[in-house]
Amino acid sequence: MLSWISYKTIARKEIVRFLRIWRQTLLPPVITQTLYFVIFGAFIGSQVRDINGVSYMAFLVPGLVMMAVINNSFANVVSSFFGSKFQKNYEELMVSPTPNRIVVAGYISGGVFRGLLVGFIVFLVSIFFTQIEIYNLPIVFLFVLLTSILFSLAGFINAIFSKKFDDISIFSNFVLIPLTYFGGVFYSIKSLPDFWQMASRLNPILYMIDGFRYGFHGFNDVSLQISLLVIIFLTAFLLLFALYLMKKGIGLKA
Amino acid sequence: MQVISVKSLEKIYANGVRALDCVDFEMKKGDFLGLLGANGAGKTTMISIFTGTVNKTAGSVNIFGIDIDKDHNSAKKKIGVVPQEFNFNIFEKVIDIVVQQAGYFGIPRKKALKNAEKLLKDLGLWSKRNNPAKELSGGMKRRLMIVRALVHDPKLLILDEPTAGVDVELRHSMWEYLKKLNESGVTILLTSHYLEEIEELCNDVVMIKKGKIVIKDTVSHVLKSIDEVTYVIDVDKVKKTFVAHNFVYKIIDENTLEVRITQKHTLNEFLRILDRNGMMISNLRPKSNRLEQLFLNILNA
Repeated sequence: MLSWISYKTIARKEIVRFLRIWRQTLLPPVITQTLYFVIFGAFIGSQVRDINGVSYMAFLVPGLVMMAVINNSFANVVSSFFGSKFQKNYEELMVSPTPNRIVVAGYISGGVFRGLLVGFIVFLVSIFFTQIEIYNLPIVFLFVLLTSILFSLAGFINAIFSKKFDDISIFSNFVLIPLTYFGGVFYSIKSLPDFWQMASRLNPILYMIDGFRYGFHGFNDVSLQISLLVIIFLTAFLLLFALYLMKKGIGLKA
Repeated sequence: MQVISVKSLEKIYANGVRALDCVDFEMKKGDFLGLLGANGAGKTTMISIFTGTVNKTAGSVNIFGIDIDKDHNSAKKKIGVVPQEFNFNIFEKVIDIVVQQAGYFGIPRKKALKNAEKLLKDLGLWSKRNNPAKELSGGMKRRLMIVRALVHDPKLLILDEPTAGVDVELRHSMWEYLKKLNESGVTILLTSHYLEEIEELCNDVVMIKKGKIVIKDTVSHVLKSIDEVTYVIDVDKVKKTFVAHNFVYKIIDENTLEVRITQKHTLNEFLRILDRNGMMISNLRPKSNRLEQLFLNILNA
């Protein structure tokens, strides 16, 4: 009972927070992704040939939706949790009997909700640019949900280790964005030379975008099972790591 | 029943600072205990260990018989804490801050709203319930922290300098509130820089110096042990010929004297000398709070 009420309280606070500041949390990513559709899809994409029988614009849609989900799930948790740590109002939770797993679940729910909401809006925008048919809805939903959980956890861990505001953007700028761009948002890795195909397989984001794209178009660059296993393994690892950090109080307690 | 039992408690921070050094103390149900010490003495560290915001290095802490190493969350259910610094989200509404805190303690929203309404009314914040916390005055913010700490009906209330920066009138009304709370059965642990506050409110006092407990007694015992008090006496005019043998005194101006009363002589004897010299006493007061004098003596020892 305590855990459920605590969970609802944290999740509600997190969701209300980003909805209240929607001009900062929802609008900018939608505008950015729309620009991608216009520039890469409509302007440049019209000169690119179909990929596996799908127009370049339609090929782009899953990648851009997933990119929005990744960035927003991550950004929501890292900024909210670090802000709470910075202002010390995280102590409200620390002095309460809320179990660590509930704290993690509450913050992750906020990140997932924002990630999925932004992803859905970006998908709706894409309808203005191309016709999309979804090949396998459960796969689409499974991949987007797991990915948003994974990056919400990554944001949570980033916030735990951050000591100043600059720290929360380092991972995003120097790791997340490059990996996302090289993760097959804009191209199929099959179009790359062998070496770069192999190198791309070291990028975990490839598996998320590839599996998600399979759900839309029914083709993929890597095995669906492997993609799913990679995401499940990484999610489980980050979840256990986050719980370990909280138990030890690393980055949270003196 | 023991509410807090601390044995051999130690805290060494990552930078090597030993904030607590083998601390032992107990608090019983219904106690109103004052924790005294200079800045950096270890008071906040000790409180933070009880409430779970700081990890201890060694020793054991039992709260309501629960070992915090085994089940800190069960112990936390019974603790309300008012920290030294404002640590709520200043952009949130007053009512949301209080109701959320209740939620973290597993109190259903409907009951949380009811509790919040009662407490906000009791502490004069009900009219501000829909204002963001940043719009509150300093005193209101302090009261909001008390409301937040009480919303889950704790059995132990820990207050870390709750009246810092609060005006005299409000401080006294907060004292009255805390006294009533203690009378209703809530055990209270208070740290304060206002020593008169400890003297006024607490039954017991623990004094910490450099992470070690140097005094642990009832306030009345501690005050009795003070062997000298300086009084300020206002008279109509200090006679030029005035002499009081065996007393240590100082003539401040033509209307004021200061006298240090030790256990060898009584204040009455000094007042009689003034009377014999035809000096009319218009006012008499201790130069400083008695506990403050003891505090300074220990600090300087």
